Amino acid sequence: MSAKNSATTMTLPSEREIVMTRIFNAPRELVFKAYTDPEVIPQWWGLRSATTTVDKMDVRPGGVWRFVQQDTQGNEFAFNGEYREIVPPERLVNTFEFEGMPGHIIVDTAIFEAQPNGTTRLTVTSRFASLEDREGMLQSGMEGGANETWDRLAEYLAQGA
Amino acid sequence: MARLATTADVFNAVAEPQRRQILTLLAGGERSVNEIVEALVLKQPQVSKHLRVLKQVGLVRVRGAGQQRLYQLNGAGLKPMHDWVGTFEHFWHESFDRLDEYLQEVQKKEKHDVGKE
Repeated sequence: MSAKNSATTMTLPSEREIVMTRIFNAPRELVFKAYTDPEVIPQWWGLRSATTTVDKMDVRPGGVWRFVQQDTQGNEFAFNGEYREIVPPERLVNTFEFEGMPGHIIVDTAIFEAQPNGTTRLTVTSRFASLEDREGMLQSGMEGGANETWDRLAEYLAQGA
Repeated sequence: MARLATTADVFNAVAEPQRRQILTLLAGGERSVNEIVEALVLKQPQVSKHLRVLKQVGLVRVRGAGQQRLYQLNGAGLKPMHDWVGTFEHFWHESFDRLDEYLQEVQKKEKHDVGKE
């Protein structure tokens, strides 16, 4: 994070969840549009050093999206998912999968909140699902009091770094 | 973000709650299988199975001490996960910075266009 733009906060509130919050100095209709308009996506989505192309973007429940990022060396990194819930201009739920790591499917829930001063608070909760859930199901009945949190895991991560 | 084997990677290894319990316990120091069984009130074959998975992905190391085998946490084994979380964070920080810039730009343009009418 640069000092200029330390406006995004990231927290690990529970097992399998990452929450990012950011205040945008714009009305929420505009922020929601930026999220759901294929013409706008390439202007902000992804790393600055790469170019984003919208391959598919069918913004309706069950609709598929696929964005491709191409870096300066020509390497392509593709991401895809499915839209699950669309409530303009408040809420957007979609899945997210990096094709380089198939099977690790994340469910993203974006909440757009209008602030009294005309700004918008965006809260994106990324919930890790799929293989984890599948394993969780296989292990259910044995799980009992499993209550480790990502915060605890983050401590290991820090040790391992 | 390199492609990882989906059957035996660090992500799957730590996705299982009992394996996280074992990692938490080992964070406090090395333990034998029996000590893990007792501390976590799990069955011995289960613990052995989990330790095998954790060892396979490099999250724990084992050493022999007399008759015993002692397991210890290998923090470095979590690096792929740490890297991934770091990449994830970086990706969204940068995207949101860009979104912020776009929103400022488009609002400036709107104001300008309204002014022209």
